[in-house]
Amino acid sequence: MVTMVTAMHMSDGLVNAPTSLVFGAVALVVLVLCLVRARADLDERTAPMAGLVTAFVFAVQMINFPILPGASGHLLGGALVAILVGPWVGTVCIAIVLLVQALLFADGGLTALGTNITNMAIIGVFTGYGVALLLRRVARRSRGGLVATAFVAAFVNTVVASLGFVLEYAVGGSGGASLGTVFALMVGLHALIGIGEGVITAATVGAVVAVRPDLVYLLRGTATPLVRRSAPSTPTAGGAA
Amino acid sequence: MGAGHAHPLHLHRDSPVHRLPPQVKIVAAFLGVVCVVATPREAFAVFAGYLVLLVGVWVAARIPVGWILRRSVIELPFVVLAVLLPITGPDPRIDWLGMSLSEPGLLGAWNILVKGTLGVLTSLTLAATTPMRDLLVGLQRLHAPALVTTIATLMLRYIDVIAGEARRMRLARVARGHDPRFLWQAGATARGIGALFVRSYERGERVHLAMLSRGWSGAMPVLAENRTTRRDWAAGLAPVAVAAALAVTGWVIA
Repeated sequence: MVTMVTAMHMSDGLVNAPTSLVFGAVALVVLVLCLVRARADLDERTAPMAGLVTAFVFAVQMINFPILPGASGHLLGGALVAILVGPWVGTVCIAIVLLVQALLFADGGLTALGTNITNMAIIGVFTGYGVALLLRRVARRSRGGLVATAFVAAFVNTVVASLGFVLEYAVGGSGGASLGTVFALMVGLHALIGIGEGVITAATVGAVVAVRPDLVYLLRGTATPLVRRSAPSTPTAGGAA
Repeated sequence: MGAGHAHPLHLHRDSPVHRLPPQVKIVAAFLGVVCVVATPREAFAVFAGYLVLLVGVWVAARIPVGWILRRSVIELPFVVLAVLLPITGPDPRIDWLGMSLSEPGLLGAWNILVKGTLGVLTSLTLAATTPMRDLLVGLQRLHAPALVTTIATLMLRYIDVIAGEARRMRLARVARGHDPRFLWQAGATARGIGALFVRSYERGERVHLAMLSRGWSGAMPVLAENRTTRRDWAAGLAPVAVAAALAVTGWVIA
């Protein structure tokens, strides 16, 4: 099977050095903010959850799913982490995935880390979380509502993250392709990838909420507290001997 | 199950490059790529110079050139855009083999291709000479926030858990005739991924409890207290100095 992968990862040299630098600085500032906020969300018990979500996104990014014959895409995971661990920890998780991919697997350029983190970690996660927040009333009503929310959030997150790519290309793209071509190509392909992303995100969130609703960040504070009820005092017949 | 010690792009050898402290290699690789990206695209000879420099590092690290070239096909997906540039780019156009190609487009494609390739080759060199664990130690010594190294450490531990679980589930699907080709067949994969997450989480929870009971406190224990000397930094940054000189040459001649 021949697959022409259209990855969102940018390579070195796709945008010029000043643009890489600017987006590197943007990514760094936002990440520091996220780290500060993430510390409040994480304790010794939830840090492993963040590690697992990160590993999961890492693993799932390697699964390519077919869009059209000959073209396939992979999950970005922005909406998934936003719903499961929240936007602050989620951004840090995706940024770590991108860092390790760049350092160990030569996936995405080292100088493109700033632009990649801006697109997939920052824009992706916060867009996904924003959509999920808007739909929170639906999400909290039922399991089906949460699954639908996950689908919409993942779809929007993928398309908007690809707009980040278009923005960076517009600012400092080093190629000669017209902006319109790049825009149509990126948004068109990512609308298709977004459907796959939505399906997988919805399925994952659905599976988690069915078994462990306590792990879903978006549902925090909705758990009905345990009510202690004493059993009606019926004397057991011949029980206590 | 090998617990996260090796990764597919690591080449286990003993060489001066392998022995360099990881933080030196991370900084050197990063600065090297910065030099490449900052080089003007018309300085064609300078890019050949970068390649010679990389080959020199590979010789010092005892990495076979063929080994690294085979792995550099990892780059292919990223340069898809580059193929389009000469066809869709603006005027002036030149004719080549009966095709009308855009000159700025060709230059743009060359730029992405050469810088992307040199970047991938640099990352591959770093990955080939640095095991995962050392990389985390390197990030720690570069003063990455503790939260980042903790999550990254746990992530690398859990990758094997997830990969093992995914392999078993995929085998089970394939054994039942699963062969997805189109979007509407993604359902089984999607449901599988949901199940994979819950199964991995529950195994991960047990792994975490096992780690806690063995005294894990959030940071990996330091096994060897190797001091990083000035000589290490000098050795690691020597190729970067050459790269910087090449970049300056590029600016002068372009």
